[in-house]
Amino acid sequence: MGLKRGHKARPVERVAEILIFTVSLSTIALILLIFIFVGREAFPVLLGKTNSALIQPVIPAANLDQLRPEEVREYLGLTAQQFKEMDRETLMALMESREEASNDIPESFRNDPDAKANTTQFRYLIRPHQWTGYDRPEYIWQPVGTIHKYNLMPLIVGSLKVTLIGLLFAVPVSLGAAIYVSQLASPRVREWVKPGIELLAGIPSVVMGVFALLLLASLLQRIFGYQFRLNAFVAGIALGLTAVPLIFSIAEDALTSVPRSYTQAALALGASQWQASWQVVLPAALPGVFAAAVLGFGRCIGETMVVLIASGNASTMSWSVFDSTRSLTATIAAEMAEAVAGGHHYRVLFLLGTMLFAVTFVTNFVGELIIHRLKGRMEGRG
Amino acid sequence: MNFLKPFAAMAAACWLGATAHAGAITVKGSDTLVVLAQKWAEVYMGNNPQTKIQVTGGGTGTGFAALQNKTTDICNASRKIKAKETENCIKAFGKRPTEYKVAMDGLSIYVNAENPLKAISVEELEGIFTGKIKNWQDIGGPDAPITVYSRENSSGTYEFFKEHVLQGKDFGAGAQTLQGTAQVLQAVAKDKFGIGYGGAAYGQGAKHLMVAKTKGGEAIEPNEENVISGKYPISRYLYCYVNPALDKDETAAYLKWIRGEEGQKLVQDVGYYPLPTQFRAN
Amino acid sequence: MKAAPRAPFHSQGKDPVALLGVSVTGFATALILVILAVILGSVVLQGLPAFSWRFVSTVPKKDFFDIESAAVLPMIVGTTIRVLVMTVFVMPIGVITAVYLTEYARAGSPYTRIVRAAINNLAGVPSIVFGLFGLGFFINFIGKNLDEFMGAEGPNFGQPAVIWASLTLAVMTLPVVIVATEEALKAIAPGLREASLALGATKLQTILRIVLPNALPGILTGGILAISRAAGEVAPILFTGAAYFMADLPKRLTDQFMDLGYHTYVLATQSPNIEKTTPILYATVLVLLLLTFSLNAVAIIVRARMRQALRAGH
Repeated sequence: MGLKRGHKARPVERVAEILIFTVSLSTIALILLIFIFVGREAFPVLLGKTNSALIQPVIPAANLDQLRPEEVREYLGLTAQQFKEMDRETLMALMESREEASNDIPESFRNDPDAKANTTQFRYLIRPHQWTGYDRPEYIWQPVGTIHKYNLMPLIVGSLKVTLIGLLFAVPVSLGAAIYVSQLASPRVREWVKPGIELLAGIPSVVMGVFALLLLASLLQRIFGYQFRLNAFVAGIALGLTAVPLIFSIAEDALTSVPRSYTQAALALGASQWQASWQVVLPAALPGVFAAAVLGFGRCIGETMVVLIASGNASTMSWSVFDSTRSLTATIAAEMAEAVAGGHHYRVLFLLGTMLFAVTFVTNFVGELIIHRLKGRMEGRG
Repeated sequence: MNFLKPFAAMAAACWLGATAHAGAITVKGSDTLVVLAQKWAEVYMGNNPQTKIQVTGGGTGTGFAALQNKTTDICNASRKIKAKETENCIKAFGKRPTEYKVAMDGLSIYVNAENPLKAISVEELEGIFTGKIKNWQDIGGPDAPITVYSRENSSGTYEFFKEHVLQGKDFGAGAQTLQGTAQVLQAVAKDKFGIGYGGAAYGQGAKHLMVAKTKGGEAIEPNEENVISGKYPISRYLYCYVNPALDKDETAAYLKWIRGEEGQKLVQDVGYYPLPTQFRAN
Repeated sequence: MKAAPRAPFHSQGKDPVALLGVSVTGFATALILVILAVILGSVVLQGLPAFSWRFVSTVPKKDFFDIESAAVLPMIVGTTIRVLVMTVFVMPIGVITAVYLTEYARAGSPYTRIVRAAINNLAGVPSIVFGLFGLGFFINFIGKNLDEFMGAEGPNFGQPAVIWASLTLAVMTLPVVIVATEEALKAIAPGLREASLALGATKLQTILRIVLPNALPGILTGGILAISRAAGEVAPILFTGAAYFMADLPKRLTDQFMDLGYHTYVLATQSPNIEKTTPILYATVLVLLLLTFSLNAVAIIVRARMRQALRAGH
């Protein structure tokens, strides 16, 4: 009877399998969707379709009747549908508001060459520019103001700086702990440390940010005596703390996956436990440690709340550790709420997001590849 | 297929969300105004239980976006509407939004209590905040470098200061970015050579400088009288914007009440200044 | 922790390099634990004074920066709703994907490898990028089009809301659920499946009646881990639904909501008087930690039980 039931159910089986397969496509679909929909909002910037210039060509509202409808539609940036639904009065109001906007430009900016610049062009985004009032070309991120300055370099430098500080703190500490826990510690110590690290992993990043803001900042300021309480160093250390659990667990995994026989052979040859772990196990697990650092990099550069709360958020083009720093992530978080949807500021922020996505995509890919290779090698030999 | 049940519930809930909307005034916008708006709403609802008012913050820009999208009846703003936003509103509902001034705010210049300086001019402020003046000595203070504390660029206060004090110029690269007025105050209170700006009504722990319009001009103290009369040079209005088509019935009554005697009395409780009489509603 | 661990063959005390190595790595371990203790200790010590039943069970009257009236009930409700709605979406998709990977897919086939790469990548996408995705896809694309389709007066779906925040979080936590479920499915003895198939049950019947019920604790663990991860996240909900202040609790899925994590951020950065509000901030952090840690603890216990039961069963 069972056989018969199975036989009958076959079409259902087939349908179910197809459904299950379709659902399993979701992860791939989501990655693509993220790429498309974050990229979509940034695309006009990449294509040079946005114009953030302060001074735009103005047609006097009185000339409305002399223009062809198509010209009016284009000038006002309306869709065909919108244009069809609008009466003359509304069009007039729009023309007038354009005119007013141009009249509102402060006198001091009328003859400023920068006022005509479309600051979302690549040369303004990447290269330094000598803005009016500055002595030399500089990298400036000041998106809010009369002239929108969107140079991405201070943010990229800021993100890299904080991330590197975080890694310089997190990698040695996590690696040290991983060696100790996996190779040297007694089982009882291990039982204490592992849940502790899981606990650390469970601390939300906003809480880590608050910890950095209230305690870490004051403590580090007292030790190092720097001027600004919130800076790249404080944010970097806190950032490192959020990455410790990840780096630790990958490194520990890599160390424990080194076949036991390696250690035993070393010990049999008269090595101490330390020598066995330092000179035999660690070199064998090195690719895994490297992968941990790479994935830690991805984690750090993408972390938002810690940096937003603890880094001071000044967009300076400085590599000094004790200067305030603005990161890519914190910039998106702080500025998106005020950006007009579809405007140039909004699109530039999505461009930052696209960059972040691309960077983490690559680091993840590299990290996973290394781990995969390492596992294959260990299994092959062990 | 047990897990389908929640989906069904969800669909039903979404449907409810689509239909139930009427009967309430929604207010959205500036975080500067959210506490005041909340207070207005509570007192007003106490007097007029039939009216329901919902207040959300999110920032002035968010408020204008919501106004265009017709997701809010009233938009709170800590700055004037921008031309682009007006344009978007016209595109969305064919008219300019109506502007109401609802309160006044004075921006104070904070320095450390130990700083001997008493007054400063707007020009000097421009020099300090753009990074041209770097030492207190240059404006008659002690020989020490100036630490500049500024605000996050999404705040209306930042924008106002940049436009009206810096005349549209950039903040100096050394300016520290802090996220709230209280943080600026705290930083200045701890930093002997710091300077910052923020609401005049705030300010335990730091000294408020008197401000002169021009160098050598009369320095004005940022108190209620001077801010309301417009004598104090760095003051601003806070606004409500509303879609003219919706400016009727309950919404109109509420806006009138805000700008009337009772509403303006509450303004002081929250730390802003009431409107000069010519802008009030009676 | 300072004591050198026992070495089976050599006394490490005699080798200075080894001693140094052991103490340095031991110190690194101790450092992590000390920092953890400092964080937790300070939150508990400084959070307790402002923490009370009233604090967690009432709606803040007037002003949430005022210690007399500060309360976090709306934030607890908001956070709870957003994670529960998230679970409704993430669990079916995550579990079914894991079922496909373990029960149907050929291990090592190109398709499986692409799916795995996608899962790994999804796990590594920065949370703020999920926020942008939620804004760009759910609100500006799905929401706006839904509004147009329904012909609603003004936007209803095309704005930040509980539903969009939950969906964004569901996308973010999908890898957590998939990985945990897979682990649970793999832990089931192959004999069980074979026995079921041998008795004439079809593959689907085996999965529905044998595999999934047996893997239930592991699947639940995945769900709880996803919830605990999502409960503390702030960046993805910044633009997709979190509100600075709302007078009422959210009633519909298209409402915005107040959130514990976002509120923590607001208290930390927007406070009008830092000294006065620090106790409120600590108390809020305490509530947030209690929530995430208790969820984590449940997950850890369930998982430990499951492993024990499995070991006993083998």
